[in-house]
Amino acid sequence: MSLFDYKVSDLHELLHKKELKVADLVDESYKRIAQVDGKVQAFLTLDEEKARQTANSLDVKLNANPASNLLFGMPIGIKDNIVTKGLRTTCASKILENFNPIYDATVVQKLQQQETVTIGKLNMDEFAMGSSNENSHYQKTRNPWDLDRVPGGSSGGSAASVAAGEVLFSLGSDTGGSIRQPAAFCGVVGLKPTYGRVSRFGLVAFASSLDQIGPITRTIEDNAYLLQAISGLDPMDSTSANVDVPNFVSALTGDVKGLKIAVPKEYLGEGVTETVRQSVLDALKVLEKQGAVWEEVSLPHSKYALAAYYLLSSSEASANLARFDGVRYGYRTPNADNLLDLYKKSRAEGFGDEVKRRIMLGTFALSSGYYDAYYKKAQQVRTLIKKDFEDVFEKYDVIIGPTTPTPAFKIGENIDDPLTMYVNDILTIPVNLAGVPGISVPCGFDNGLPLGLQIIGKHFDEKTIYRVAHAFEQATDYHKQKPGL
Amino acid sequence: MTRISNEQVKHVANLARLEISEEEAEIFTKQLDAIITFAEQLNELDTTNVEPTYHVLDMKNVFREDSKEKGLPREEVLKNAPDHQDGQIKVPAIIGE
Repeated sequence: MSLFDYKVSDLHELLHKKELKVADLVDESYKRIAQVDGKVQAFLTLDEEKARQTANSLDVKLNANPASNLLFGMPIGIKDNIVTKGLRTTCASKILENFNPIYDATVVQKLQQQETVTIGKLNMDEFAMGSSNENSHYQKTRNPWDLDRVPGGSSGGSAASVAAGEVLFSLGSDTGGSIRQPAAFCGVVGLKPTYGRVSRFGLVAFASSLDQIGPITRTIEDNAYLLQAISGLDPMDSTSANVDVPNFVSALTGDVKGLKIAVPKEYLGEGVTETVRQSVLDALKVLEKQGAVWEEVSLPHSKYALAAYYLLSSSEASANLARFDGVRYGYRTPNADNLLDLYKKSRAEGFGDEVKRRIMLGTFALSSGYYDAYYKKAQQVRTLIKKDFEDVFEKYDVIIGPTTPTPAFKIGENIDDPLTMYVNDILTIPVNLAGVPGISVPCGFDNGLPLGLQIIGKHFDEKTIYRVAHAFEQATDYHKQKPGL
Repeated sequence: MTRISNEQVKHVANLARLEISEEEAEIFTKQLDAIITFAEQLNELDTTNVEPTYHVLDMKNVFREDSKEKGLPREEVLKNAPDHQDGQIKVPAIIGE
C-alpha cells in the first residue's frame, strides 16, 4: 500500500488529524523514485533537497495552524516544459541543457500558493513534439505496465510517474493529445482543459493556439481539485479567458440520468482495434445503466484533422522556436565564425530531428507562395472541424470515444516513419483544433495494457466531463489497478 | 510528382536558420514530401467562403494599462547567456572587416 493510493481529500484529512506529516509524503515520493525510476525513467531533474526543506517548514506550519489549502503538502511532478525558477527546465532538448529559469510559470506560482511540494521535472518528447517520449534528448521513459513499451507522449514522464506511484499527481501539457494519450497508455486520468482555462505563461510555447496545461491524476476527484488550483484569468497571458472558474468538485454528483451522449462513428472506425472498440461500447453500457442515453453521430471532417493539425502546429512552432538562437540563453555552438553561422550551427546542433522536421514543415507552409495553399487552407479546415463539434453539442452534452486507436506500442516500433507515429493522435487532435476540453479515463485493459475512454465537453464545461467521468469511475475499478513494477 | 525538392528543403532550412548536410537534406526531402503529400488531402474539401480560424475563442485584442513596469533584473537575465561582457550579451562579429 502506498500513500499515493489515497485521494487528496483523504491525505488532507490525515494531515489535519496529525496522523501524517508532509515529510512522510515527500519521503514516499523519493523512496519510490529510488526504487523504480531506474526502470521507468520518468524524471529528468529532481529537487530533493529543496522539497525536503519545504516539507519540514510546512510541517512546522501545520503544527501551529490547520492547513487551509486542500493541496497543502501534496507532492507533485511538473512537465519539463513548464518553467520553474532556479530549477533546470530543458524541454527534453539539448538546446536548453543548462537552462535555469529566472521566473515561475503562472501555474507553478498558483501551486505555491496552495503550498504543494515540487518533487522534480518530468521527461517528455523534445519541445512536446511526439507521442512516445522517444524524441527526448536525454532518456526514453518506459511504460510502467510494460517496460518494453512507450508511456505515450509528449507528457510521457508526467503520466508514467503518476502510474508508477512516484508522485501523487503531475502537470502535463496537451497540444494534440499530449496529456490524454499518455494518460490512456499509462492507465491514469488526464484532462486537457478548454483553451484559455489555464494560463500558458511560463509554458514553453509549441503551438500557441493549441497548447494547454492540464492535470494528470489517479482519480477524477483529484483531477478536479488540481484543475481548480491552476485555472483562471492571468494578466500575463492575454489568451487566458475571462470566465468564471466554477467549483469543479461540486460536479461529482454521480448523477448522469438523462445525460445525452454522442458517439462519433468516425471514432470507432478504421484503425481502432476491436478490443478498444469493445471497451468503449462496454463503458457506454455502464453509463446507460445509470440513466444516460447515447446515439451515434458524425463529425464528418475528422479525417482531415491530422493534416490540418500538422500544418498549423508546425507553422506556429517554427515561429515560436525562432527564439532559440544561441544568443540570450540555451546552447551555443563553439564553432561559429560569424553571427549567421552561430544561429545555424547552434540550432542544428541543439535541436533533434523531429523538431527540425517540424520547424522546416512550418517554415515551408508559411513561406511566400505556399501560405494560402497550406497554412490558410488548414485554418479554413479548422473552422469546419470546430463547426462539427458545435453542431453535435447543440443536441448532446458530451462526446465519447476512445482516447487512442490502440494500447501502448513497443519502443522503436513507430520511430522510423513520422506519419505512422502521427496517426496515434488522430482521436485527440480534433479536440485541440476546436479548443474544447477532453479527458481520458481508464476504461479497460488489452493483454494487461491500459485503455482510455475519451470524454469531450463543450467550451468551459469541464464540470459535465467530470460528472460523467466520475460516475463511470465509481461504477468500475480500472483506476484501482496498479502496474506490477 | 514531388511536392518539395531538395533545393527547396535547403532553402527552407536556410530560412529557418538550420544548418543541414547533403545527407540530411536528402532524408528531410523524402520525409517532408510524404507529409506534404499527406496534407494535400485537405484539397478534397471546398473551403470557398470559409473563414479561417486563427483563434478558437471569440476574443478581441487584450490590452493592459500603458504604464511603466520594471523589467527583469539585468544580472538575472545574463545568468543564462552563453557569453556576456560589461552587462551586455556578446556575439561574434556581425559586420565583416
